[in-house]
Amino acid sequence: MHASKDKDFALAIEGLTVSFDGFKAVDDLSLYVDDNEIRVIIGPNGAGKTTVLDLICGRTKADAGSIVFKGKDLTKMKENQIVQAGVGRFFQNPSVYEDLTVYENLELSYPRGRSVFGSLFFRPDAALVERVTAVAETIFLADHLQDIAGELSHGQKQWLEIGMLLVQDPALMMLDEPVAGMSVSERRQTAELLHQIIQDRSVIVVEHDMSFVADIAHRVTVMHQGSVLSEGSMQHVQSDARVKEVYLGH
Amino acid sequence: MTTPQTATAERSFWIGFTILAALILLVLPLMLDVFRLNLVGRYLTYAFVAVGLVLCWGYGGILSLGQGVFFGLGGYCLAMFLKLESSTPEATAIQSTPGIPDFMDWNQITALPWFWEPFKSLPVALIAIVVVPAVFAYVIGVAMFKRRVGGVYFAIITQAIAAIMTILIIGQQGYTGGINGITDLRTLLGWDIRTDSAKTILYFVNALLLLATLVLARWILTSRLGRILVAMRGKEDRVRFSGYSVANFKIFVFCVAAAMSGIGGAMFTLQFGFMSPSFVGIVPSIEMVIFAAVGGRLSILGAVYGALIVNWAKSIFSEAFPELWLLAMGGLFIAVVMAFPNGLAGLYSVYVAPMLPRIRAWAMSTRGLPARDTDGQISKPGVTHAR
Ligand SMILES: Nc1ncnc2c1ncn2[C@@H]1O[C@H](COP(=O)(O)OP(=O)(O)O)[C@@H](O)[C@H]1O
Ligand SMILES: [Mg+2]
Repeated sequence: MHASKDKDFALAIEGLTVSFDGFKAVDDLSLYVDDNEIRVIIGPNGAGKTTVLDLICGRTKADAGSIVFKGKDLTKMKENQIVQAGVGRFFQNPSVYEDLTVYENLELSYPRGRSVFGSLFFRPDAALVERVTAVAETIFLADHLQDIAGELSHGQKQWLEIGMLLVQDPALMMLDEPVAGMSVSERRQTAELLHQIIQDRSVIVVEHDMSFVADIAHRVTVMHQGSVLSEGSMQHVQSDARVKEVYLGH
Repeated sequence: MTTPQTATAERSFWIGFTILAALILLVLPLMLDVFRLNLVGRYLTYAFVAVGLVLCWGYGGILSLGQGVFFGLGGYCLAMFLKLESSTPEATAIQSTPGIPDFMDWNQITALPWFWEPFKSLPVALIAIVVVPAVFAYVIGVAMFKRRVGGVYFAIITQAIAAIMTILIIGQQGYTGGINGITDLRTLLGWDIRTDSAKTILYFVNALLLLATLVLARWILTSRLGRILVAMRGKEDRVRFSGYSVANFKIFVFCVAAAMSGIGGAMFTLQFGFMSPSFVGIVPSIEMVIFAAVGGRLSILGAVYGALIVNWAKSIFSEAFPELWLLAMGGLFIAVVMAFPNGLAGLYSVYVAPMLPRIRAWAMSTRGLPARDTDGQISKPGVTHAR
């Protein structure tokens, strides 16, 4: 009955529904993402884009539907288990650990020693130091490893957030408006960064910046009132009359 | 990775640790008579609880107003063993049921209750001192933290548990000794614990155990788990999305704090020959939070000083104005939380620590040595977590 039966998707969302106080923020949504695909979700404010990401990463619990990632149903898992299964999330507002140093922020994201006793007996090895150093290089913070994260600029915090995701090395990466609130130069640098980090994994990006979308998207999903309005290549959705009406028109 | 900061923090901790060790192992024993040393020993048993509170409150963000429960559980575990040791059939021949603790006999109990049986064995009792508080904390922790109950709600619930525990102990006189507690404990494996020499030895055992507890706490805080606790403060959600189970980490530090409190309680029992519900309830539990707050809730060494100083002040103050002490205590707590959220340790790192390199440089120059400014790093008020 569903497309997922015919093909192995990295992520298969079917019949996903959630309502807040009777208001259906996500309504019977289905979405399939391939391995190594870069999918961009666009849509007017309040369409439910952030809520979909919240549902995938377990921050919000679904009322109905399934989210199958690499054979596991994420709707039945806790946030930290979903992360351990390989789903990483970039948050709209940077939320780095302000009391820790840049190095410690990156180190904590390293995907080992995540249980209580694992972390108690965890000793950083050469591979970790190498990875953290390499990532710090990538996110332009190599000279700030010992700085307290709370004292970084907004843009630097955003980069650190990206760095934490890189160290985590998720198989599915979700980015919610990654260049929102950035200056023009930061925006350009960040776009470059994103190009690097989205290689070799499935990515879902929510973004309004259409030139950025056109630049990276393999496929585009347009959401409206909690459902999929249109889906396909950039040209396809741009030429869709309904999309023009609700979103691109204004 | 060893960084200049962590190396400096590491060195300053061990310097502080050495000073504290010298104080409680050398200076105080040389200065004080047995009676006063015994009193310091009592304060040091509370320090176990305060160190545990630094871990679970200061670092884990879990304010427990019921740590007295764990202190009491540890204390009772050992008291039960000691009571059974002194309740031999010969010693209790005049009772209607010889061989059981005196208070049971007074309450018309004719056989040792089942849960007292294991405490005939010292190894069992010693293990129970740590395990019983930890298991109880685990049960509370799973019930609360898995449901994401935290903050004020958790504090109130722990307070309720402390109240219930007190009522239970007092109510079940025949099994617990009631309001008087378990008293008249005399020997440990035949060794009289009431003599001056025993009290002195027990003081040192207590002090060494406390130092070992500090080393353990330090090890926990410098592990990755310690950094996760710091990350969790105010950012629990984010920690989940770094792949960690926040609930499990909270349960763990809460259990560790409970086990530490249990050791403190047992050392109290040993040094004073009794344990009673007056250490379990709401007031003593809040007092223990005050020790940690005054010492500095992010400093395990500060917690020990907090316990020593507040209790010393209490002994002076409450002799003069016994009815005002509770009020003074409350005032102290509010003052510390409002004005010095990092307590004495915070004051130290803001005002004293920055002067140390200068003093050292001055000392060097007066000795005709070249002044070195190796660690002229000024501690920032905001980042005084004593790691
Ligand atoms: N936790 C919540 N409680 C109540 N309503 C919510 C909650 N989260 C989102 N919503 C509502 O759901 C709708 C979709 O929101 P959102 O997913 O943030 O949209 P988008 O990211 O596409 O702008 C909005 O109307 C929003 O007000
Ligand atoms: Mg949004």
